[in-house]
Amino acid sequence: MNTYEPVIGLEIHVELKTKSGMFCGCPADHFAKKPNTGTCPVCLGLPGALPVPNKKAVEWTIMLGLALGGTIAEVSKFDRKHYFYPDLPKGYQISQYDQPLCRGGKVSTSFGDVRIHRVHLEEDTGKLQHATVAGKKVTLVDFNRSGVPLVEIVTEADIHSSEQAKEFLKKLHQIVRYLGISDADMEKGSMRLEPNISIRKVGETGLPNYKVEVKNINSFRFAAAAIDYEVKRHTVILESGKVPAQETRGWDEAKNATVSQRSKEEAADYRYFPEPDIPPLRFTKEYIDTIKANMPQLPDAYKKEIKEKHGLNDNQAKVLSEDFGKMKLFKDTVSLPSVSQANISGATVANWIINKVPDTSGVTPTYLADQIIKSKQVTQVDDSVLVSAIDQVIAENPKAVADFKAGKEQSKMFLYGNVLKRLAGKGDKQKVMELLVGKL
Amino acid sequence: MKGIAFSSSDVQKIAKLANIPVTDTLADDLAAGFTKTMAVVDELTKVNVEGVEATNQVTGLENVLREDEIDTQRIFTQEQALANAKRTHNGYFVVDQILED
Amino acid sequence: MKLNSLTLKATIDKLKAKEISHADLYKDVHDAIAEKNGLLNIYLSLDPTAVTKAEALLDTPLAGAPIAVKDNFLTVGLETTASANVLKGFKPPAESHVTTKLKAAGGVIVGKTNMDAWAHGSSTETSDFGPTKNPRNPEYLPGGSSGGSAAAIAADLAVGALGTETAGSIRQPASWCGVVGLKPTYGRVSRSGVIAMASSTDSPGPIGKTVEDCAILLTHIAGKDPYDATTLPKPVPDYTAHMRDGVKGMRIGICYMDHPQLKGTDVDRAVTKAGKVFEALGATVEVVPLSKTLEKGKILTPDYAIGVYTVVQRSEVSSNLARFDGIRYGNDRSFFAHEALNRIMLGTFTLSKGYADKYYVRAQQVRTLYRQNFAELFGTYDILLASPSPGYALAAGASSGDPLFGELQDMLVEPSSLVGNTGISVPCFTDPKTNLPLGLNIMGDQWQEEKILKAAYAFEQATDWNPWAK
Repeated sequence: MNTYEPVIGLEIHVELKTKSGMFCGCPADHFAKKPNTGTCPVCLGLPGALPVPNKKAVEWTIMLGLALGGTIAEVSKFDRKHYFYPDLPKGYQISQYDQPLCRGGKVSTSFGDVRIHRVHLEEDTGKLQHATVAGKKVTLVDFNRSGVPLVEIVTEADIHSSEQAKEFLKKLHQIVRYLGISDADMEKGSMRLEPNISIRKVGETGLPNYKVEVKNINSFRFAAAAIDYEVKRHTVILESGKVPAQETRGWDEAKNATVSQRSKEEAADYRYFPEPDIPPLRFTKEYIDTIKANMPQLPDAYKKEIKEKHGLNDNQAKVLSEDFGKMKLFKDTVSLPSVSQANISGATVANWIINKVPDTSGVTPTYLADQIIKSKQVTQVDDSVLVSAIDQVIAENPKAVADFKAGKEQSKMFLYGNVLKRLAGKGDKQKVMELLVGKL
Repeated sequence: MKGIAFSSSDVQKIAKLANIPVTDTLADDLAAGFTKTMAVVDELTKVNVEGVEATNQVTGLENVLREDEIDTQRIFTQEQALANAKRTHNGYFVVDQILED
Repeated sequence: MKLNSLTLKATIDKLKAKEISHADLYKDVHDAIAEKNGLLNIYLSLDPTAVTKAEALLDTPLAGAPIAVKDNFLTVGLETTASANVLKGFKPPAESHVTTKLKAAGGVIVGKTNMDAWAHGSSTETSDFGPTKNPRNPEYLPGGSSGGSAAAIAADLAVGALGTETAGSIRQPASWCGVVGLKPTYGRVSRSGVIAMASSTDSPGPIGKTVEDCAILLTHIAGKDPYDATTLPKPVPDYTAHMRDGVKGMRIGICYMDHPQLKGTDVDRAVTKAGKVFEALGATVEVVPLSKTLEKGKILTPDYAIGVYTVVQRSEVSSNLARFDGIRYGNDRSFFAHEALNRIMLGTFTLSKGYADKYYVRAQQVRTLYRQNFAELFGTYDILLASPSPGYALAAGASSGDPLFGELQDMLVEPSSLVGNTGISVPCFTDPKTNLPLGLNIMGDQWQEEKILKAAYAFEQATDWNPWAK
C-alpha cells in the first residue's frame, strides 16, 4: 500500500458585523428575526433595484487582507456570478471575480505556513428551510440574510493534515475576532468552512488531478472530521486503481460522514461579468495606510505586549492570546483600578483566567476582579500573626538560630519551613521571609 | 455563413443554464435565429482590438459607496415583502421542496 | 380647441393663469383616450384618480399636468408589467426614483404605456398585450420600445411622457411618431426602480410635443440618486434657461449619410437639408466621413455597433431577467415570450465559459473604439447630426421573424448609446403620401444636454415640421 499525503485548501466565508447590508440599508443582523421583516427592493431583488456598496464592509475586508499580510488591489470591482437557487433573489450573486480586494498573504501554523490565495467581498443569500405545509413537502424562503456582507478567504492548497487545518482555522478565527469585523460565531453560521480535499503519494509535488469540496461546515471539529473521512475514502479509491470523482459533498453530522451533493461535471457555469451597476473601486496608498494605522492589535503582537507589560510567561501569554475572549477579559481586568489597588499582579489574573475560567462568556472583568480580591482576602493574615509565629519558632529552635548566626545559611531555610508549617499556608511567603530575616 | 451554427441540443444546453423550459420545436426555431445573429456578431472579429481595454462602464465614476447606516425608510413590512408572491406560509415565501441541501 | 392637444408648457401656463381647469383638461384627455385607445392600444392601465391628484398640485412646477409613463417604471398603486406576461398583476411596493421626482414636481401619471415586452424591440409589436399602432398612420408601427409613450404624445393622450432608451428606444419612436424625444447622458437620470434592460446603457428620458416640453421634464427628472451608484453628482440646470441662445458659431458635423444604406434616401435628403438650416442660422456645418477603421476626423461605421450592442445587450438582459423566477412576484420563467427567450438565451451563451472572452470581452473592446472616436469628434464638433432610424416607420408586422430587427433599426444610434452620449430627435420631414414623419437625431457629448437642446430648439423654431411648436 502506498503512503498518501492530504492536499487541502480552504474556503472560508465570514459574515461581517456591519450595521447594514452589503448593498442596501437593511440591518445586517438577521439572527432570530421574524422571516422577511428586514428586506428592501435591493436585497429582495425587486425589478429595477440597484446595489450601492457599503463603505465599511470594503474597509474591513481590506483590513483583513492587510492582517493576513496580503496585497490590496489598486483597482477592484464587483462582478455578477449567476446561478439559480430559491435563496438567491436576483439569479446572481454580486461577488468579485478577477479583481478581488486582496491577493496573497499567509498564516503560519506549527506545521508550516498556509498561504492565502485571495480575500474578496460578496453578499450572503437568503435562508431555506424544509417544511410540510398542508401535507405537501415544501421549502420555505426567508430573505432577511440576503445581502449581508460576506468575506470569502481562499487559501492555497498548503494544508496537509486535519490538525493543520484546525490550527489554521483557529488562528484565522482569532484574527477576525481581534479585528472586530465579525462575531465569527460558528453556531450562528457567521463563519462557514469549505475544505477542498485531495490526496497524493508522498514525495509527489504537483496538485492531484481531482478535488472534492465539502460545503458549509460549521465547526472546526467537523472540518477536521470531514477531512479525515475524505482522506480515508480517497485512499481506498486510489488503492483500487480509480480516481475519486470531482464533486461537492456535504458533512452529515448524524452519519459522521460526507455525502455526495452534486457532481462538478455539471457544475454551474457562473457566467461572471463586471457588475454594470457599481462603478469600480480605486484605492490610494494613503487610504490603505490609514486602514493599516487604525488596525486593532493582532494575536501575535498582543502576546508580545502582555509578556513585556504584565510580566507573563510564554505559556500564559500564548494561552490568553489564542482566545479573543480570554485576552479581552485579561486586558479589561488588569486595567481595573480595583485590581491595581489590591496589588494583584498580571500573572495572578492570567492564572485565574487560564485555570478557573473555561468559558469567558458572561464573565465580566469586574466580577473576575472581585473573585480574585476576595480569595486573596481569605488567605491574607495580619502581620502580627506572622510575627507571633516567627517568634515561637525562634524560641523553640535556639540551636538553629545559633547555627544561622554562625554563618550556616541552611538553618534559615529550616526556620522558614517551620514558620510556614505553623501558618498552614496562610500569609505572603515573601513577607514571611523578610520578617524572619529581620528578627534574626 | 460564418460564425457558429447552433443545433437544437446546443439550445437545450443553454436553456438549462438559463433555467427556462424550451420545447424541441422552439429550440429548432431559436437555433436558426442564434446562427443568424451570431453571424452578424462575428463581424467583430474583423476589428483590430489588440491592446484595447474593455469598456464596462461609461460614466468615469469610481468609489461610489454608502455609509454603513440602516435605511429604515426603505425596509418593507413582512406584508409588503410578501404581497406579490403567489405562495406564502407564516411569513415565508414557499417553493416546491428542494432536494439537494 | 381640445385641451389635450396643448403642449406641456402651455398646459402649465394656462393652469397657473386659471385659463383652464384641471377638470376640463383631464376630461379632454380621458375623452381622447376613450376614443383612440381601442384602436391604438397605447395605455395598459389608467389612474382613475388622476384628476383629483392634479387639482392639489396647481402650485407645483408642473401644476398637475397629465403625463404618460412607460410601463417599465415602478409605480405604487398602478400595475407595472413592462408589457410582459411574467409580470402581469405586479403591484410594486416601491416607486421608481424618476416617477417620485416627477410627482414631487407636480406631474400626474395618467396611465402606463405599452412597450416592447421588457423593452426588447423597436416596434412595440412584441408587447405581450398586443401591438401599439402609429397615430400618424395606424397601418404602421410606432417604433419602440417606448412606442406607447411616443404614440400617447402623437395622439394627444397626454401632454408629456416618460420613456427609456437603451439604443434608440426613445429617439426612434419619437421619430416615427413625429414627436420630440430626448435620450439623456447615461447616468444623468436615475435607473432605480426602472425595470432593467441593459444596465450599462439604460437611460430614462422625456418624450414631448416640443423641445421645450422635453427640457422642462428633463429638468425635473434628472440628478443624482443615492440608490443608483451610476448617477453623477452634477448639479441639474434649468434646461430651458439656455435653450433659446441660438446656434451661431456652433460647429456641426453630419454623420452616416454616406452609409450605403442611407445614401440618396429621404433620410439623407432630410438630414442634409437640416444641415443647411443650421448653416443659415450661423453654424459651421460639415460632413464627417464614414470610416471602416478608427481614423482621426472620421466617424467609425455603425456596422460594428450592431455586433457590440447585440452582445452587450443580450448578455446584460440574460442577467437582469434572472431575478424573474416567480417566487417573490410575477409568474415563473415559462411565461417569457419568444423575443425575451431569444435574448436571454443568446446572452446566456455569450457569457458562458469559453465564449465570454470571444464575444463579451471583444464587444467591450470595440465599444472602447467608439468611445475614442466620439471623444475625438466632440473635440472638433459641438454636435453631430444624423437620423435616429434608417427610414420611415415600417408597416405593422414588419418586426416578426427577424431576430435582429431592432438592431438594424437602431444601428444609427447604437454607437452613441454604447458610449453613453446624449441625443434628441426632432421632426424634420413628413412624407405627404403616408403622413409619416422623419426625425433628426442631434447628438451631443456626455453631459451636453444643454447644447443639443439649443440646437433642437433653433431647428424647431426655424422649420415647420412640428405643428405644436408654432
